Amino acid sequence: MWSAVIEFITFREPNIRFVVLGSIFMGISAALVGSFAYLRKQALVGDTVSHSVLPGICIAFLCIGTKNTPILLLGAFIAGWLSLLAVDWLIHQTKIKPDSANAVALSTFFGLGVFLLTIIQHTGNAAQTGLDKFIFGNAAALLKNDVWLFLGLALCTIVLVSIFFKHFALLSFDRQFAVSIGYPVKALEVLLTSLTVIAIVCGIQAMGVVLVASLLIAPAVAARFWCYNLKKMLVVACSIGALGGYVGAFISYLAPAMPSGPWIVVALFFIALASFIGAPQKGIWARFRLGQNNKRRVQEENILKYIYSAQEDGLIKEYTITPQCLAELRNNKTLEAIEPYKRLCRKNLAIQKGSAYQLTSKGIEYAKRMVKVHRLWELYLAHYLHLPPDHVHEDAESIEHIITPEIEKQLIQLLDNPSTDPHGKDIPY
Amino acid sequence: MLISGLWIIVTSSLLAISTGLLGCLLMLRRSAMLGDAISHSVLPGIVMAYLLTGQKSSIALFVGAIILGVGVSLMIEFIQKRFSVQNDAAIGLSFTFLFAVGVILISIFAQDIDLDQDCVIYGELAYIPLDLWTTPTGLNLGPRAFWILLALAIINISFVGLAYKELQVSIFDPLFAQATGLHPQVWHYVQVVLVSLTVVAAFEVVGAILVIAFLVTPAATAYLISHRLWSFLGLSCLWGITASIGGYLLAWWSGGTIAGAIALIAGIQFLIVLIISKIAKSKA
Amino acid sequence: MILQVENPVVEVHDLTVAYQKKPVLWSIDFTLPAGNIIGIIGPNGAGKSTLLKAIMGIIPLASGQIRLWNFPIKDVRKRVSYVPQRESVDWDFPASVKEVVLMGRYPKLSLFQRPTKKDHEIVKQCLAQVEMLEYENRQIGQLSGGQQQRVFLARALAQEAELYFMDEPFAGVDMASEAAIIKLLHQMRAQGKTIVVVHHDLQTAYEYFDWILLINQRLIASGPKEKIFTPELLQATYGGKLTTLTKIGELLKKKSFSSRKDG
Repeated sequence: MWSAVIEFITFREPNIRFVVLGSIFMGISAALVGSFAYLRKQALVGDTVSHSVLPGICIAFLCIGTKNTPILLLGAFIAGWLSLLAVDWLIHQTKIKPDSANAVALSTFFGLGVFLLTIIQHTGNAAQTGLDKFIFGNAAALLKNDVWLFLGLALCTIVLVSIFFKHFALLSFDRQFAVSIGYPVKALEVLLTSLTVIAIVCGIQAMGVVLVASLLIAPAVAARFWCYNLKKMLVVACSIGALGGYVGAFISYLAPAMPSGPWIVVALFFIALASFIGAPQKGIWARFRLGQNNKRRVQEENILKYIYSAQEDGLIKEYTITPQCLAELRNNKTLEAIEPYKRLCRKNLAIQKGSAYQLTSKGIEYAKRMVKVHRLWELYLAHYLHLPPDHVHEDAESIEHIITPEIEKQLIQLLDNPSTDPHGKDIPY
Repeated sequence: MLISGLWIIVTSSLLAISTGLLGCLLMLRRSAMLGDAISHSVLPGIVMAYLLTGQKSSIALFVGAIILGVGVSLMIEFIQKRFSVQNDAAIGLSFTFLFAVGVILISIFAQDIDLDQDCVIYGELAYIPLDLWTTPTGLNLGPRAFWILLALAIINISFVGLAYKELQVSIFDPLFAQATGLHPQVWHYVQVVLVSLTVVAAFEVVGAILVIAFLVTPAATAYLISHRLWSFLGLSCLWGITASIGGYLLAWWSGGTIAGAIALIAGIQFLIVLIISKIAKSKA
Repeated sequence: MILQVENPVVEVHDLTVAYQKKPVLWSIDFTLPAGNIIGIIGPNGAGKSTLLKAIMGIIPLASGQIRLWNFPIKDVRKRVSYVPQRESVDWDFPASVKEVVLMGRYPKLSLFQRPTKKDHEIVKQCLAQVEMLEYENRQIGQLSGGQQQRVFLARALAQEAELYFMDEPFAGVDMASEAAIIKLLHQMRAQGKTIVVVHHDLQTAYEYFDWILLINQRLIASGPKEKIFTPELLQATYGGKLTTLTKIGELLKKKSFSSRKDG
């Protein structure tokens, strides 16, 4: 087992090199076209095409009688294209909706494919064995010559996408604008669709018809979590696709009897899942942390503000109060928890004095600003949303934490340097 | 030969009734691909049930399928809402994963279960007459699949028949339905459960991949020419039945797989109806 | 300029509605009088349809409460009718005009119960009221926009409610249908019903409605139309969104902050 792993990783055997390279390039080209399909909201196009190529393969085989890969791929390519044309026609010329159009096309084509496959099997032609490998896919079944072919096609895809990157990007983002500035949109779409079909046809050998869709979708979906910029997204998607391909090659080397497609899909799925959870900013873990931090900040800012108001109302001296007193004062038990005060101390916004806490000058400044924006927002609501004074406080309680210095400036301007809030309290500057 | 052919046709016609009704609802909700997703995703559930019980005809099979069927629809919804991923991408991501798990399980435990990749593709329509249901006293009641699909057809017909008006209003105008106090989501999930149940039965008959042909193609054919919900439902079942008959005959004549032939005939029917309705429209 | 009324049919108190944490309606507070045709007026994206959906309990509230005749909506659904925007449904749906109107009777039937002869008669009357009886067996996709709207109104009539909420019933409607709808609204008012209509066209608003709500993200005015149609209030409504409000909304979404502490 371990020797096999090492043998694989070190690329000692030329055969491995081919399979690995072929699989990686397959992953990259599928991820590339898949990203555009995803952006054009046609994520399931891969599913339709991959099912639909089967009759093309079978008919090509019936015509020539041998398993000549380039010819089979040509048949697959034509059938894939036909299915897409059929779907497009159904969507635009009949009242059939896109989801049903895809389902009808893929099931009819695939039905024909399976039907032809069984007929071929019954002819007893010895050359047919392995034709059904297309359905579940096995990277280990790749022949050396085929690998060169796939490598070439994948490279072509990558080169063409790089050349037409700008065009494809605009096409996916705003087709109408692309038309208006005189891009040959039709030709570009034909090119992009052809590249998509090619990538799928190449992927089927290793992935099988059902699972190849994942090769297009998963890298794109995962990549979108890592970046906003399209170029970066494509790079990330390609890396994920390449990783998926590598995993597939590895599995089929270790267990040649095992179809490689499912393992690639599982690997890609977990990469996508990890992205959903762990990606910075957009991942749920990051968002959860953001929520936690928000909550803490709100707690801290509220305490600062309450202490400031208490001082303002003359209820305490020198901005010093114990948590218990503040809780009693605001009639809010949650203010008794000591952690937020500790955090304020750590930020040099307060210092501990026995059981009480005193705001530092930095803390007073901070608190003053909170009170200021709170009252500004109250005033804004009263003026611009015509809310009565007794309605504005609650809203301001939450919005005050989010007002940026820029908005603060805007509010002061809009309200013409106000001096008092709707309750008649001074706005501290 | 004649008798077994008849059994095959009757059994797949019963399946066509169930899938015809559910397919109409899926189509109207624009979630045809959800049907596809469910039909692929129940695979690991079926395999696990086989492994655990060691039997083909067990309640566990249906339980496993319902768990996976409802599971995948929840998973799609979760991915879509929580991670704001487009619906179709969420579908593609979820069902490929579950199907992959199913295929891996099959290839790992290939020796332990009589379930191979071929039956995932082709189904076992041709073997239906061979798998008979006999009472302990030895009485022959006919093929087991026939009884299962008969029960399912009855369940599905009752569902659509009884809840006709609730389904109609919650699919046509979900906002209005909500405003009158209905819960369209509840009906959606009842439907998902029924689709899962039906798909498991269909899996044995036509394999996982071609279930979609049963679910959507006859419904789409009916959709082209129906102006009423009841005629849509009825025609959809009818097209499914004619496809079953035609498909069987084609397969019998040519020696190809029955499931593939049915899918093919359903597609051809669709094409013919499409052309005729186009011609009729251009003349009118 | 927000006038409150005694014994209101609709009472909205401090309502905030948010999509993905971004508020589309801010602290809305008003009451509506019975027996009037009431217009909710505002530019595109002002949150008018959202307000109706919130009142009907179709979307969750970020804060606030809504009462109809001083009850929560779930207790009085049978007395209220809601007409969604025409574009919100798929008109290719295989159904006849009659069948759609019959849906208005469904809330009165129990689960699994079939419509009775009486229901069918009411459907006919309602269709006659909107002058659509001759089309009763048409497939709904074959109707014009105005006719489709009239079918929706007939369905609302079939509900025999006391309070009606209509989302943009005049959008994309031909002259004949517009006149028919207006005539119908007047008939309904004469029967003491209250009709709340979302409308985006200022030109016709004064003519159609008795009471007007001006909305643009927040409530600008609510009162009898004579008092509401002032240049200042209209300017405040249509003079663009409040950029500060919009910015804050964006920030709330980006930082995934709830607009209310408990929200």
